[in-house]
Amino acid sequence: MRGRVASAPSIGSMSTSAGATPERGSIRDGKLALAVIFLPPALLLFTLFVVLPIGEAAWYSGFNWNGFGRPTHWVGFDNYRLVLETRAFWLALRNNGLIVLVSLSIQLPLALALALMLADRFRGAVALRMLFFLPYVLAEIATGLIFSFVYDGDYGLVASIWHWFGAEAPHLLASTQTAMLAVLIVIVWKYFGFHMMLFIAALQGMDKNLVEAARIDGATRPQVLRYVVIPLLYPTIRLSVFFAVVGSLQLFDLVMPLTRGGPADSSNTMVSFLYNNGISRMRVGYGSAIGVILFMICVTFAVTYKRWFMRDE
Amino acid sequence: MGWLKRLLLAAAGSLFVIGTAAADTTVKWLHIADNPAEVKIWQEVARAYEAAHPGVKIEMQFLENEAYKAKLPTILQSKDRPHIIYSWSGGVLKAQVEAGVLEDITDQVKGYSDTIAPAALAAFTQNGRVYGLPYQVSQVGFLYNTDLMAKANVDPAKIKTWDDLLAAVKALKAAGVTPLVVGGADKWPLHFYWTHLAVRAGGKAAFEAALRGENGGFEGETFQKAGELFKQLVDLQPFQNGFLGFKNQQAVGYFGDGKAAMTLAISVVYNQQRVQAADKVGLAPDKIGWFDFPAVPGGKGEPTDTLGGIIGWLVTKGAPPEATDFLKFFISKDAQTKLAAAGLLIPVVKGAEAGLSNPFMKHIADNLAKSKYHQNFYDQSLGPSVGRVVNDVTAEIAGGSMTPTQAAAAIQQAWKQGN
Repeated sequence: MRGRVASAPSIGSMSTSAGATPERGSIRDGKLALAVIFLPPALLLFTLFVVLPIGEAAWYSGFNWNGFGRPTHWVGFDNYRLVLETRAFWLALRNNGLIVLVSLSIQLPLALALALMLADRFRGAVALRMLFFLPYVLAEIATGLIFSFVYDGDYGLVASIWHWFGAEAPHLLASTQTAMLAVLIVIVWKYFGFHMMLFIAALQGMDKNLVEAARIDGATRPQVLRYVVIPLLYPTIRLSVFFAVVGSLQLFDLVMPLTRGGPADSSNTMVSFLYNNGISRMRVGYGSAIGVILFMICVTFAVTYKRWFMRDE
Repeated sequence: MGWLKRLLLAAAGSLFVIGTAAADTTVKWLHIADNPAEVKIWQEVARAYEAAHPGVKIEMQFLENEAYKAKLPTILQSKDRPHIIYSWSGGVLKAQVEAGVLEDITDQVKGYSDTIAPAALAAFTQNGRVYGLPYQVSQVGFLYNTDLMAKANVDPAKIKTWDDLLAAVKALKAAGVTPLVVGGADKWPLHFYWTHLAVRAGGKAAFEAALRGENGGFEGETFQKAGELFKQLVDLQPFQNGFLGFKNQQAVGYFGDGKAAMTLAISVVYNQQRVQAADKVGLAPDKIGWFDFPAVPGGKGEPTDTLGGIIGWLVTKGAPPEATDFLKFFISKDAQTKLAAAGLLIPVVKGAEAGLSNPFMKHIADNLAKSKYHQNFYDQSLGPSVGRVVNDVTAEIAGGSMTPTQAAAAIQQAWKQGN
């Protein structure tokens, strides 16, 4: 691979010069042939299932359309205006912000701390790793259903704990004040194991000599952590943050069995908001407008993040 | 090698069977019923039809309720669409007719359609053309637990007005009984309150005026009043703890477990509470009662007006004539009598109500027969774009996050956007 990358500039310069040696020319032809053979399937699939639907959504978002027949009632940017005027949209955006915030301030530190503890080999480390990773393996819908029982104010685990203290248990999912909090707890519980695994993998791939050298130089454990280990983990941390943010923007299947976005839209995410207001109501144009806005947010984030933070990877 | 040969032989055999079946007509029938007892009777009817009509195969397909609603527009516009689909009539039916995805079966049901209750058939008629057949009707009203009502010394027979109901709620609360249970997370069980109050307050005239945009549309006096009266009830905190987190099935189970005195529900909950109760037994027939939705002060609606569902089956564009033929067989006096006798529905075929053996179901059937104005559920009759807003805002009134005025305004705004 390295050889090919290194030769790339020379190919570029060559295409401008007229006299190419036969050997080099064959390399270029070979690449072209490879591209001709391998690119179309991927390009076709990408166009069919990614580019076209995005284009379609953008097109539909200009219509007031219920999904039957062809869209005919052109309304321009009205759907976008309506989305921005909807209180539930801003609530959903706020909730997505909250999820990102909690992912960064609670989930990542937790995952990192556990990874630092469990990356070394000791008895039970593997078992503990597996235990923490298990929630991630569980299907989102199943997780949501399980937690809707856990949170049940009459029969749930939370209720029994409250009753044990002799108090009347709250229905966490039924109040606009606590529903989102309850969802956030499930999110952290479900995904910290995944981020922990990312960190463990990075820690195990790390050059141990650096840590050893720092120790010999007399660095204390916190110093080693602060100045050697964490800087070496930066690429993984950036990746982990990226996953956390993109994951939060896509979050849907965990919310539906727990709260369906309610009560009073207090626990909607962008995608559940799209589903509840676009698909369930058969307002395809309006839903498409939400989809386009969500897409814009994702693209803007992905591009700027890659530009600013993941430049060197 | 013996097993391989047998496998190949079996495969070839099954291919042959499929081959012959495909040569004849297959009627694809998409439904959402999850009650095994009901589906079993349907299957029996389908097998009986197949036996009487060699060469026709009835193929049943199932989708869950919410998934069905979400996927239907796409399904209907594919080449492989089912021939018979489930329908709540109303605004969705109207949109489907306008999009031209349904088959006009007016001529095919001529003569037969006289056997069906006219009001129910009207729900599946648009501009004088018939697109489907009704299958069952239901009524919304209060189911109550006789023991719990007695405990608070409330006589359900005397709850005739909205104030009577409010007084009953207060008495039940004072006796330490949860007055009402509702599946607030699903929202539509809450929309029964608001809608039925509107039916009582304004009657048929108010609803039709609102559809024409007269008297302030859904922002008009009737609908403001419905919200305000609902707010009076909500302010008493009549529902079970955490009602906004309860799904309908949980709420029905809660009632079946005997933990709440009343529930505003569709008449079929009379059966459902048994299935959803923790002990699968639920309330015994003599422990469960019914009273109609009370009258409201100054209401213009008749006391006999009813709110409920009209459910039926539609025939899709390009379906074989056998599809309609099967529907006529399925919604016949015989089959409906059988379903009525099992207590599964209130029939729409004239004469089939004779099968109703259960006094409760008989009572509901009488109510519906007397009703001159049967309002279909708002979330169906107004179509999903407006109907879901009705559901949302009633849940918001119940949760205290919206005033009745704001709620009515939100519905009117959705109505304007959709029409």
